[in-house]
Amino acid sequence: MIRAFGYNEFLFLLSAVQWTLMLSVIAFIGGGIVGLVVALGRTSDVKPLRWLSTGYIQIFQGTPLLMQLFLVFFGATVIGIDMSPWVAAAVGLTLNTSAFLGEIWRGCIQSVPRGQWEAASSLGLRYPGLMRYVILPQAVKVAVPPTVGYLVQVIKGTSLAAIIGFVELTRAGQIVNNATFQPFLVFGIVAAIYFALCWPLSLLSQRLEARYAAPSR
Amino acid sequence: MALATEPTRDGVAPPMSADVVIRMEGVQKWYDQFQVLKDIDLEVHRGERIVICGPSGSGKSTLIRCINQLERHQKGRITVNGVELGPHHRQLDMVRREVGMVFQSFNLFPHLTVLENCMLAPMKVRGTTKAEAKATALRYLERVRIPEQAEKYPGQLSGGQQQRVAIARSLCMNPKVMLFDEPTSALDPEMVKEVLDTMIGLAEDGMTMLCVTHEMGFAKSVAHRVIFMDRGEIVEQNTPEEFFTAPKSERTRSFLGQILAH
Repeated sequence: MIRAFGYNEFLFLLSAVQWTLMLSVIAFIGGGIVGLVVALGRTSDVKPLRWLSTGYIQIFQGTPLLMQLFLVFFGATVIGIDMSPWVAAAVGLTLNTSAFLGEIWRGCIQSVPRGQWEAASSLGLRYPGLMRYVILPQAVKVAVPPTVGYLVQVIKGTSLAAIIGFVELTRAGQIVNNATFQPFLVFGIVAAIYFALCWPLSLLSQRLEARYAAPSR
Repeated sequence: MALATEPTRDGVAPPMSADVVIRMEGVQKWYDQFQVLKDIDLEVHRGERIVICGPSGSGKSTLIRCINQLERHQKGRITVNGVELGPHHRQLDMVRREVGMVFQSFNLFPHLTVLENCMLAPMKVRGTTKAEAKATALRYLERVRIPEQAEKYPGQLSGGQQQRVAIARSLCMNPKVMLFDEPTSALDPEMVKEVLDTMIGLAEDGMTMLCVTHEMGFAKSVAHRVIFMDRGEIVEQNTPEEFFTAPKSERTRSFLGQILAH
């Protein structure tokens, strides 16, 4: 039976936004934590750590996010773990996000002048203190605009979780469309909602970039 | 090991104590195929002030950067304050705590205030309390004559002021030796004096100093010994009087001719 697209359908789409946002937040936090480890590995003096993190980044940047989600979701079944779409989507997006954030942050860490490392080490600071008190605070300033910008990619990336059956905004759109057969209207609205989520972040990223590009203090 | 250092009363005569703070023996270093340090032997005594000069690329910066291992040497032995630098972090940590370094480009931490710049290492490396670190920092900022800038950020200071903060920051760690890597080369001419005056003040207090610099006036009035380096070797070392009036080697003469000509 074909339903008309009405207020209820619209509310259904809107309520699915919470899952999109939730998944984005999890991917962003998880990806941020793993990404920091990846970035530190990439900038490490220890060669094996550099190779490992470089390989990690290349694998996740060199394959489609959809394949990564498939591999996590179906791979878990193969090794006997019953993974819900929720967990699979969160794990897949976390891994993917961490690779991209790791690479962005590597650049930010390396943008801190060599002299800062030298001054801190010559004062006797060892790696943990040197990173925490001298290098990372300076790298963070550089990292904020591209990181906020990348958040837009994370939000859009969550739409792929629809394919493994996780009901977020895109999947909700599919469900509504299956009932209403008004694809242009339904997916038009879905796209508009994504835009409403992402556009402010893009603007924020641009503004932050302009602010940090200004001569400091 | 003696802990207290008697300030040298006579500003010229080198202290000939047996107390060697830095000993370099047969130190060699390569960048790939290019040898930057060739068989360097050097002893620095407590309270001694040495100026190292030489043309660019002669290895003079590399030499002092080997002392706190910002550059690693490949051959030979370096002993600082009785600790021989080896592959282990423990020795390196011990040495870096006792050796202060001042850079050409100041390298203050731009995200910290002047005061925080001075407090960071004592608190995080030596474990001093905040109050103590602050008191020490203010004392040394007073000494380099910029206590009023304590709450400012490095970017708000002139080059000369920044370099004086950098000196204070090093002093807060209470180092046994200070290394200066062309401390005035990045400064506008009118700011060179304030930094040199600070360094002279340190010298008068008996600090052991190794300075890579082209300030020959400073060398003449402050150094006990002037070392001339060229192509990775110590070509000549002498008292400033001998060095400037009767240089032994042809290379020294031609170098002095170039830098003293104008």
